[in-house]
Amino acid sequence: MLELLQYEFMQNAFIAAVLVSVACGMVGTYVVVKKIVSISGGISHAAFGGIGLGYLIGINPIVAAIPFSIFSALSIGFINKRIKISEDTAIGILWTTGMALGIIFINLSPGYAPDLFSYLFGSILTVPDSDLTLMLILDIVIIIIVFLFNREFIAISFDEEFSKTIGIKVEPLYLLLLCLVALSVVVLIKVVGVILVIALLSIPAAISMQYTSSINKVMTFSVIIGLVLNILGLWLSYIFNLASGATIVIILGLTFIISSLITKYW
Amino acid sequence: MSDKALEIENLYVSINKSIILKDINLNLDKNDFLAIIGPNGGGKSTLLKTILNLIRPDKGNISVFGKNPKEALNIIGYLPQNTFFDLNFPINVFNVTLMGRYNGLFKNYTQNDRKAVINALDEVSMLEYKDRQISELSGGQMQRVFIARALAREPELLLLDEPTASVDPKMQKSFYELLLKLKEKMTIILVTHDVGVVCEYVDKIACLNHILFYHGIPEGSADAIGKTYNCPIDIIGHGIPHRVFKKHE
Repeated sequence: MLELLQYEFMQNAFIAAVLVSVACGMVGTYVVVKKIVSISGGISHAAFGGIGLGYLIGINPIVAAIPFSIFSALSIGFINKRIKISEDTAIGILWTTGMALGIIFINLSPGYAPDLFSYLFGSILTVPDSDLTLMLILDIVIIIIVFLFNREFIAISFDEEFSKTIGIKVEPLYLLLLCLVALSVVVLIKVVGVILVIALLSIPAAISMQYTSSINKVMTFSVIIGLVLNILGLWLSYIFNLASGATIVIILGLTFIISSLITKYW
Repeated sequence: MSDKALEIENLYVSINKSIILKDINLNLDKNDFLAIIGPNGGGKSTLLKTILNLIRPDKGNISVFGKNPKEALNIIGYLPQNTFFDLNFPINVFNVTLMGRYNGLFKNYTQNDRKAVINALDEVSMLEYKDRQISELSGGQMQRVFIARALAREPELLLLDEPTASVDPKMQKSFYELLLKLKEKMTIILVTHDVGVVCEYVDKIACLNHILFYHGIPEGSADAIGKTYNCPIDIIGHGIPHRVFKKHE
């Protein structure tokens, strides 16, 4: 396995796996305990609109996805609290509208979008240095926000009503949490693509929760589990010449099943 | 700090344009223990939430130890009627209680906060469970933890919304005895259906059905009121019959 690291694309892939694990472990823990998996799925699919916009105006699609996914996170949070439709419906609307916008933007952009597939399904083997730098910056932002607002995020995830009575501004913090999800979606797009992002945001935390009842430990375990499984998936995809994003997700899914069986019957 | 624990004047509250509370007036002294009884939908929980600044009144004044509800959040402990949470939430008893000490953004929990949590858990006899995951507790134990979470704030005013609803009858007695002990240190408002039992313990009683009838000290001896258990509403009567259930529209 080590000789693989001679190749530069492999080095980048490993760095990407590390960067992705940080985002998916930390933010994924909130996603799972706050039960916003579907909302996060909506945000990640809507981010495709940003990718299309990037093609249209000729900038790096990942960069264009940042404001776009933050905007969709804020609008879903806002619709959720202010307009009388069910959260479920809001997610459905955002999810599809975002993707549709992406398709139209790509239609409108001149020429052919060669690496479109990599944004849909991920391509950890082709992450350029510039994207790694962007992922690193986003990771740092995520770590800072988690460090500053961890207590509030835990409180609103556990019991929103009580959080209000102790003076926590629930609504802005909920929106901040959704923005955090939006940022991690952007970090993850290159590796697994918008369609599979939600696996990385939910499965590592779901596995960790089977082994500890401390949320901070869940976070640490999720980062480690994410890292190990991402690298395992990457390695297997290389050996068997399979799509890397899909292989990683299947490894995550299998590990979850095995882990569930172990904790249930051991 | 004002001597009056709670002063409510001409309070009107409406939710979605229907009036829930009408001209509420209420005064409590320090160390009072008040029970508010009344039918479902009569506005009991709404009154507590208004004191907690969760609902804005249409008009009227609320003052808690001389502070307005927004400033008073730090000195109010609250036990919600239902705490909806995921039983699988990865958190233990200690950390649930620690949330009661929350004191604003960017202020980490201190050693003092941890001490207050230990004391609060000790007070409700849950200290030995402090490392347990929350899902490993019974309904009554969980309720005690949520009371500890309210007590950890070291409140001057404790608001309890139907605290015995999820506690089995055998535990209720010890629960009320706990409240009698707490009363030495703080003012307590208890919202309940459980009229018969509550009269044995509280100092003051009020009925709330959109309008508040304040009865002061429960009339007659505790025994006499205890007998009213089946139909308490008539006995506390003051000329205006209360309805146990809302009138059909």
